This record gives sequence, C-alpha cells and structure tokens, in this order.
Amino acid sequence: MYKWLLISRYLKTRYIALASIISVMLGVATLIVVNSVMAGFGQEMHNRLHGILSDVVVSSYDLNGLPDPEAHQQEIRRVLGDDVEGMTAIIQVPAMLNYQYDGQWHTFQVNLIGIDDDSYARVSDFSDYLLHPDNQKRLSFLLREEGYAAGRKDFPESGWKRRRARAEYERVLQEEQLLDSPIPQVADPAAGEESLPEIPNFGGDEIPPPPFALEGSENPVEASVEFDPATEQHTGIVLGISICNIRSRDVDGEVHDYFLCAPGDDVQVTFPNSGRPPRAVSDSFTVVDLYESKMSEYDSTFAFVPLSRLQQLRGMVDQEKGITYVSAIQVKLREGVDLNKARDLLQARFPAMQYGYRIETWQDMQGPLLSAVQLETTILNILLFLIIAVAGFGILATFFMIVVEKTRDIGILKSLGAPSRGVMSIFVGYGLALGIMGAGIGTVLGLLFVKNINQVADGIGWLTGREVFDPTVYYFQEIPVIISPLAVILVATGSVLIAVAASLLPARKAARLHPVEALRYE
Amino acid sequence: MSSVRTDLSTPTQGRTGPHQHRMQKADPARTGVLLSASGLEKTYHKDKVAIPVLRGADFQVHEGEFLSIVGQSGSGKSTLLHLLATLDQPDAGEIYFEGNRIDCLPTVSQDILRNRYFGMIFQFYHLLPEFTTLENVLMPTMIQLGVFRYWISKSRHRKRAIQLLEMVGLSHRLKHRPRELSGGEMQRAAIARSLMSEPQILLADEPTGNLDEAAGQEIMGILRTLNQQHNLTIVMVTHDQLLARQTDRIVRLAEGRVEAS
Repeated sequence: MYKWLLISRYLKTRYIALASIISVMLGVATLIVVNSVMAGFGQEMHNRLHGILSDVVVSSYDLNGLPDPEAHQQEIRRVLGDDVEGMTAIIQVPAMLNYQYDGQWHTFQVNLIGIDDDSYARVSDFSDYLLHPDNQKRLSFLLREEGYAAGRKDFPESGWKRRRARAEYERVLQEEQLLDSPIPQVADPAAGEESLPEIPNFGGDEIPPPPFALEGSENPVEASVEFDPATEQHTGIVLGISICNIRSRDVDGEVHDYFLCAPGDDVQVTFPNSGRPPRAVSDSFTVVDLYESKMSEYDSTFAFVPLSRLQQLRGMVDQEKGITYVSAIQVKLREGVDLNKARDLLQARFPAMQYGYRIETWQDMQGPLLSAVQLETTILNILLFLIIAVAGFGILATFFMIVVEKTRDIGILKSLGAPSRGVMSIFVGYGLALGIMGAGIGTVLGLLFVKNINQVADGIGWLTGREVFDPTVYYFQEIPVIISPLAVILVATGSVLIAVAASLLPARKAARLHPVEALRYE
Repeated sequence: MSSVRTDLSTPTQGRTGPHQHRMQKADPARTGVLLSASGLEKTYHKDKVAIPVLRGADFQVHEGEFLSIVGQSGSGKSTLLHLLATLDQPDAGEIYFEGNRIDCLPTVSQDILRNRYFGMIFQFYHLLPEFTTLENVLMPTMIQLGVFRYWISKSRHRKRAIQLLEMVGLSHRLKHRPRELSGGEMQRAAIARSLMSEPQILLADEPTGNLDEAAGQEIMGILRTLNQQHNLTIVMVTHDQLLARQTDRIVRLAEGRVEAS
C-alpha cells in the first residue's frame, strides 16, 4: 500500500520527473507521427507502383519483342492456372516527343507504351489516373468533345472544342501569312499543321527495312493533304501530365498549373522501329487524355498509344505468319497469390537460357526504390527510438538524484519494517508510472497530430511562410498517413519498458541502502 | 501484553511473528526478560582504520521496564540500540527477543520484527515529509498490509491512528505535513507512529536530543505515561543524566562495554 502512496506522492511533488515524462512523451509522439507518415507515403508509393506495373511482367530484352502474345498468354494461363486474373500485352519503347507551344518546339524523352485499351485497364490502375471521367470508366483513344478534369483549377479547355478553335486559329494565321507574304507559300503536306525538320536518315539506303514493315510505312508521318484538324484526329495518345504542364508559383505565392499542351493538341513522336539496326520512325498523335499517377517519374515520362498502331509503325506485325510482336506481357494475379512463387513458375517455364525473357514481379522491378524506402524507415525508427533511449537515461539520472535525495526516507521506511524488495518496487513502480504517463500522453498527442496532420502542416506553413509539402514538388493533395495499431503498441510498450529498465539501477541502489547509514544521511 | 494494545482497538489480527523463521529455542532461564544482548561487538571501518564501538556489551531489558542507556558521545549507545532493533548486524554476540535469537534472522523476518514488535523513535523524528501526520502514523500498517487488505480495513486503521494522535495531543494536526509542525509535535507524531503496530518494546534514540527542555519534558511525560499506564517496555538512549534519572534503570556504556546498571 505504502508503495503506491509514495509513488503517487513522488509524482505529485517531484517536478523534475516531469522532464522525464515530457522526453518520453515527445519521443513516443514523434515515433508515432513519423511511422504513420512514412507508412502512408510508403503505401501510397506501393499502390501507385503496383497499380502501374501490375503483378508479374514477362518482358523481352529484344527491342523487337516477343512473338505471338496470344500463345504466350495461353501458356502463362496454363502454368499459373486460376491464379491469373488478367493479362495484357504491351510494347514499351524509348521515344522522343515534340509539341509546339507559342512558336517553340518542346522536346521530351518519353517512354512510349503501346497498350490494348480494353485489357490494359483490367490489369493495372491505369484508367483511375486519367482525367476524363468517361475514360476512367473505359479508355477510348478517340478525342472527346469536352469534360476533361472538370472543376480543376487552371485546366484549359480541352477536347474537340479546343481542337476546332486551334484549327480555326491556325487557318486564320495561315491566311494572314499568305496575304502578307510577297511569295505565296505552299502548305507543307508532310505535317498536318506544324512542320518538323525532316528526320535525318543516318544509314541511308543500306538500312534494311523492319522485318515486318507495312507497305508505305517507310514514311509513317501522315501525308494526307486533306487532313482537316478541325474534324479529324490523328491516332490518340495519352500523355503523362508532367509532359504537358509546368507547375509554379505566381508573385502572390499561389500555385498554378500552366498547360502547354492539352487534350485536343497534336504531338510528334519519334521512336526506333524494329529493324536491324533500328531506324527512327515518326508519327503525329492527338492527345486524347492526360495521365496523372502522382509518381513524378511516371507522370513525366509515360505516353500511351494504341498497341496495334505502335505495332504497325514499328513493324511488329508478321503478316505472312499472321502473328504480332510485343515487348512484354503484364500479368495480374488474384489477391493473396504469392507473386514470387508465380514468378518462379514462369521462370521455370521460360528459362532465361532458352528464351531470354526477363520475368519479374513489380517488387523486383522497383526493388532498389522499395528497399531504399524500407531502409530509410528502419533508420528513422532506430534514430527516433534513440530519443526514447535518451529519455531513459534522463530517467536514470533523475532517479539516482531522487534516491540520493530520499536516502533518509528510505532509511525511515526500512526502520519501519519496509523490506528491500518493497523499497525497490517503489522506484521501479515510479519508473513504470512515468513511462506509462509519458507513453500514454505521447500516444494520444501523436495520434492527434497524425489525425490533424494536414491542418498542422498548414499551420506550420502559415507560421513559417513556407508550405511543408510544396505542391510544386509534391502532387499530394493531403499528406498520406497510415496508423498501424501494432506499431503504436510496440512504440508505447517499448518506451514503458525503457522507463522501467532505466529505473532498475537506481531502485537497486535504494534497496541496498543500509538503514543505519540512510538514517544518518544528511 | 502491554496495555497500549488492550486499551486501543487492535488492527492486526492473527499476525505471524518472526518466530516462525528459524528462531532458536527459548532459554527458560531468561523468563521475564524481554530483550537481551550478550557479548555484542561492533567495529566500524572508516577508510582502512577500524573503530571498535562495542567490545562485548551484555545487558537485559525486562518486560515493563523503562530503561535508559547513557554514555559519552561515541560510547556506542546508538549502535547498541540499532543492533537491538535489528537495523544493523553485530560482528559478534547474540541478541534475544522473548527468548528467541533475532540477530541471525533472515532480513525478511527482521523487517517483520521491526514492523510489528518494535517501535522506534529517533532524535530527528524521521517523519516522511511527503505525508501528513495521520499518514505518517498509518505508515507501519500500510507497510504491513497489501493494498487490498489495507483498503478493506482502512477506516479501522484511521480510527486507531487518530486515537493515538489524540493520546499524544496532536488531534488538531492530522492533515499537517511534518514541516508545519514544531519539533515537539513531530516527536509526538513519531511516538504515535511507533505505537501504531502495538509494539512490545519502544526503542528511543535520544528522543529529546533535538528539543528544548519544555518539549523534552513533554516527551518524557508521554513516555512515562506509556510505561506506567500502558506497561510498555521502553529502552531510551540519552546523554542527558537528568532524563536518565527519570527512568527505572540506567545502563552506562563506556568504551563499548556496559559499566553498571
């Protein structure tokens, strides 16, 4: 009984112990906040990476790709059986993308991906990241009239409306130029509305044509003089949003998106064909939607076009045999299927020695990034736990002081018959009480902080005049957080244990005090 | 059995004494002797210098007796009292309580002995500063009982503690902290505390050493009352010859031995 009474009195009267409580509290709160935010960011990143890459990817090292995707898909289904939820074939090729804005040509290095508009959306979260609500339901490579990114600030008018207005503007501009020019200009038949410098032919005539080149695809740039941009579109292309926009602040510090290119505009894409050695092929595409995954790497490099069109342009259709070529097959598996096991099964079926395919799970493909994030989280956790360890040493020092200060009281208790074990448990109990209070308050504070993290971030931004998460850098509307109950319990329990462990030595010292010497202590 | 226990309600029912712990058999020749010591030796070591304090002290305390131990400073009075109270271990010699040897008991048994059979008061009162007078008096009972047993009989213990405080004239100071009391009041509170567990013997170490004469006399009055009216055995260490003369018997210590009694 006396132990609890003493502990409660010490808690009420020894204000120095508050310092220990506060340090435990801060350590616990920080750990919970950092863990939740890291878990949130990590999960967000995982979801996006996973959503884009599907589960397992069978890809060819050959720029020409792997033949007959249908046969491959059948074989994959045979190997993996019912575990397969969906499959799609894609072509992935490095490309150069150009568009004209305000008289200037903007050039981007992109990752051109040929997708099957029907099956691709079923194996990845691709459609969720498109801006037009109808495309989110079902992707179409045909330009839509309007309705892109409804309600989005700074988003320009897009779709056919934009295209018609632009065509009209170009027409008027061209007429004016014709009137002003002393020599009448002849419209360039090679490029619907904008002319590009001719692609140099590095290899000359010696370059063999791609193996399955379509007739007339030597110069795939559409050459129709009757192409009317007001009513016709090129093949559709979906561009990563960062290819089209610039995000910056105005003089008032407001963040604005400037779209240099929007659905309805035309772009030029140049990429290698599948010949030996490859030759550059160029074609015009009409932007039909934008893709915003909020993964800057993807948003600034991905451009999606229809698979069949890319196959034609790159010469990946063997008309004689009636088979096509693709770069990779993405496989989506059912929930809970062991991805590594599925990968191993496929690797056994398509041995690298024989086929030269790269068969990887999405985690393998993003291994370095995922492990870097994991490492970062681990190190942060260790560092932050050291804060609590420091708090533990604070408790140790405080308790030694209290034991010295209370030496005479310990002597009194012993003279009244309190056993050494009882004296020890006073200080261990005291440490436990401090730990529980510190961890308890810290947990509540940490959880409150996490719950209101966006308001807190706004508040910090308001105080410091700088936004915590600069929207020109981060695309997150809100800071993603995930509270893991297990992590919270571990952190809280760990801190209580540290507090108890820190009190053990002083408690032992108190228990071992000689009653007569303690009573004589001045 | 002392009358302090019979007069006031008894909170400790069916207590188990230290005698259950490997105690030696009682010596029939010592009947009437409550506490006795024979051949007690104790040497303190300061750095590498040995300071012999007790060199074979023998003495006896009879039941119901008010005995004082006197001697010059450093003669070993307090050391003797600490040894009797099992607060310290003798280097040689034996101590018997009610005929049972207590100096070689396990620590746990000695704790029980101090808690339930011995009452102790000190020159510097030794009250716990964080607690009120009442809580200080209740402390031996709180040490004795677990949380549950204490709580179910809390009102009984409080009643007894208040009675004891009334007896020493401190009923108006129940909620005061030690620092709010005078020296005499603190010593009276300490006496009440020492009586809380109905001790069979009260060991007092210079109880008036820190008090003025009036307060000292007041304390002596209480001790005499306890001895005479409640038949409580008291051993008091003092250097004050006048106070010693007020007791039944005087034991003189000189150079670590009992000179005369």
